[in-house]
Order: sequence, then C-alpha cells, then structure tokens
Amino acid sequence: MTLTVLSTGVLTTVQDRGRRGFARLGVPRAGALDAPAAALANRLVGNGPDAAVLEVTLGGLSFRAEIGVWIAVTGARAPLRVDGEARDNDRPERVPAGSVASLGAPSSSVRSYVAVSGGIEVAPVLGSRSTDTLAWVGPSPVAAGAVLPLGIATEPRPLDTPPVRRAAGLRIHPGPRADWFAPDALDRLVATAWSVEPASDRIGLRLAGPALPRLRTDELASEGMVLGAVQVPPSGRPIVFLADHPSTGGYPVIAVVEEADLWQCAQARPGETIRFRAR
Amino acid sequence: MRLRRFGPRAVLAEVADARTAAALAAWASDLLPAEEIVPAARTVLFDGVRPDELEDLLAGWSATVETVEGELVELRTTYDGPDLARVAQLWSCSVEEVVARHTSVEFTSAFCGFAPGFAYLAGLPAGWRVPRLDTPRPRVPAGSVALGGEWCGVYPSASPGGWLLLGRLEESVAARLWDPAAARPALLAPGTRVRFVVG
Repeated sequence: MTLTVLSTGVLTTVQDRGRRGFARLGVPRAGALDAPAAALANRLVGNGPDAAVLEVTLGGLSFRAEIGVWIAVTGARAPLRVDGEARDNDRPERVPAGSVASLGAPSSSVRSYVAVSGGIEVAPVLGSRSTDTLAWVGPSPVAAGAVLPLGIATEPRPLDTPPVRRAAGLRIHPGPRADWFAPDALDRLVATAWSVEPASDRIGLRLAGPALPRLRTDELASEGMVLGAVQVPPSGRPIVFLADHPSTGGYPVIAVVEEADLWQCAQARPGETIRFRAR
Repeated sequence: MRLRRFGPRAVLAEVADARTAAALAAWASDLLPAEEIVPAARTVLFDGVRPDELEDLLAGWSATVETVEGELVELRTTYDGPDLARVAQLWSCSVEEVVARHTSVEFTSAFCGFAPGFAYLAGLPAGWRVPRLDTPRPRVPAGSVALGGEWCGVYPSASPGGWLLLGRLEESVAARLWDPAAARPALLAPGTRVRFVVG
C-alpha cells in the first residue's frame, strides 16, 4: 500500500496536525498551514483528523498509486488529472491501481492539500508526521522517487460540503508587548493595507508597509512565542508567525491573530494585500 | 510575577530571571493542563490554556518555592576553541584561567531555543558576560561549547553562530544533545544542571 512520487513542484511536505509539547525543547509545532483545508481533505476520503496529508506548494505534484485509492484535493484549486483526465477538487476522486494523479499550478492561492484514503503513514517523529521547515524535525520533504506508505483505508464521504471561505482579514487580539509600541500602533496595524512579501514561508507571513513605530527600542529578552503572534522586528514591518515558527523569539509581539483566520496567511501570494481587523 | 495575556489561549508570566522561570515551569508542568510550557530568559509562556483558570492557579505559586534540582550532566570538553584568547582578554586573565572559571560553574539549562536541543545555560556570573561576534560565523561545528551574553551554550548541530567558541565535545556526546529518536530527545532539557570538565 504505497504511492510512488513522480514529481513534487517547488515544495511538497507531509503534514498532519503537528507536534505538541516540545516547544520547550526548541521544536516548532509544524502541521498543515491551512489546517481547515487539510481537515476537509481528510474528511472527504474518510480519514480521521490525525491522518497525514500532502501539502503541495503551487502545484506540480504527481504520483502513481500502487493500489487503488481515494484522494481529495482541497485548499488552493489546482487542476487535478488522473491518467490525463480532468477531475474535481473538494470531492473524493478514485485513482485506480497503477494510475497517475497530477496537480497543475493553481491560478490563485498557494497551498493545496492531497488526502489519500488511509493517510500517509511515514514514520512519526516525536508523535507527528509533519515536516518542520525551520529545524527540519520530521520526515524529509517529499522528493521525486519517494515511496510513501499508506495506512488502512476506509470509505470516502463524498457528501461532506466544503465550507465557503472568504479571506475577510485577520482578526487580532492585543499582544503581550503592545505597550512597546506607540499608542496608535495597533490602530495603524489595522488601518494599513499590508503587502505580502516574497520571503513569506511556513515560518511566517512577512508583510511590507509603513513601519510600526516603537516606543521602546531596548532589546527584549527571548520569550516563548505562539502560533499567530505578530512579531515586529526593528524594521517595523510585522511578521505573522505560522506553524514552523521558532518556539522563542526576541522581538516584541504587538498582536495575536485569531487561529481560525490563519488559513488566509497560508494562501496569500506575494504582492497580495492582507488586512488586520480589530475584534 | 506579572501576567500578560498572549492572545485568547496563552499567558506570559514575567519573572525575575531565568532560574526563576525554569523553577516556575517545572512547578507548573506537574499541575497545569497546558499544551506548551516554555520557560525563557525572564518569562514562562503557557500556551493552550484558559487564561482565567491559569491566572488563578498561578496565584498559588511563590518564587520562594524551592528550585527543583534537575539531573546533573557532565560534559567532557576539549578547550581548543578559536575564541579562547578573546575571552581571556575580555576577562583580563589567562587562557588557563578561562578554562578554570568555565569548569567551576554549575550551569542550569534555563530554556531551549534557536535550534532543537540548543540549551541556554544560566549561571555565568554577571562580570563574565561576553559580547557576541559582530558578524556571525557561517558555520559553527556541532558540539561547539560557546559563550554569548549571559549564557553558555553547546551547538547540537552545525549552524551559523555568533557566540564565542571555547571548545568542543566529543562527537558521540554532541550527537546526544539532540536526538529525536531517543527517550530523552534533548540531553540538556530545561532544569538540567550542567558542568563542563576538561576532557
């Protein structure tokens, strides 16, 4: 019960819901960046919520199923073909034994999720199959030629309705170091149309815009960081910490993004606009 | 102790110093249901909690609670680092005296960060603080023993680094600093006491 990977695009990794409890040892949580999309993909093929899926960055994945499997592609809408024949996203699709499934490049958004019935069962590291791209804990990124083991499949659930999603901005809570900034900094954070920087990745969404003025310029001692923390380095340009963020950081956190909104960070392309919203 | 909300499901507790943070984290890990408890230089982060509940529970802690004595790990070190003379100059002493001083301190792992298993070891007297390099080295070998600011640290894997290098551990010991397959993935987990010995 395996898949043989034929091509991967720029970056394809195995992701599940991430590892917990090891931040104190310096280990990022990792896990699918667009968690709701990954969860939907798993539900569509009948997997449990902890099954590992493939996170495909800007398409380009193709693989041969060595046994017949159900797959579901969610997240960024990447044209899916099975043996050259067009198939849909957001629903279970059958890939017969020996057939090749391929994902083209999505015309919008960034990350697609491919769930396979049974789940990708590479060996877990510290309780998770997720690849963390900061410290490279977990399985190596998926490479052409890789043979990925699968778990035991159950029946797909084709009637699961994908939620309609709208990127309505990132709702924020004040951060622990909001007092390190000028009193109007939170208002400015919300008022600015931020532009997504090309250097954004699984570690953080980097934003360009007018610098957020700091009140205190002394050095902050490193402190623990959370998913969604909006850290502001001396440049004054915020970084939203995503799944592979370092467990500690030395720049003040002005705000924390509501977890339910973080999928927007996973799907924002360089040059697109991101807005923060007061709650 | 001052508590700061860190979003809807986390609280940052500010304490006096790294040793207090390590003690609070150790105390709390037995009592509090948190996804992550992350001690750091002057804070402990409690993530995956209900802030109201946590704030009540933390009210029961006093900094006078005895520090939990962690296990003592001895690290045999070859003192041949490229920055020994620089540290000697900074401390106005001989290289031999640098080694004598470094081996005289019982450090405590305050927290891990920077890389998995990289422990910030507290215990350096205030007068022995050293600056970091202006330009970090692109590659510091795994097992390098280094000083940076108020901390001592040992690089678990080769990485860029701006700390001053005093020496190195044997490869077999360096490999144990971070081993995700081991029952104890980080040899120098927070709370561990550490002594360096000439080896």
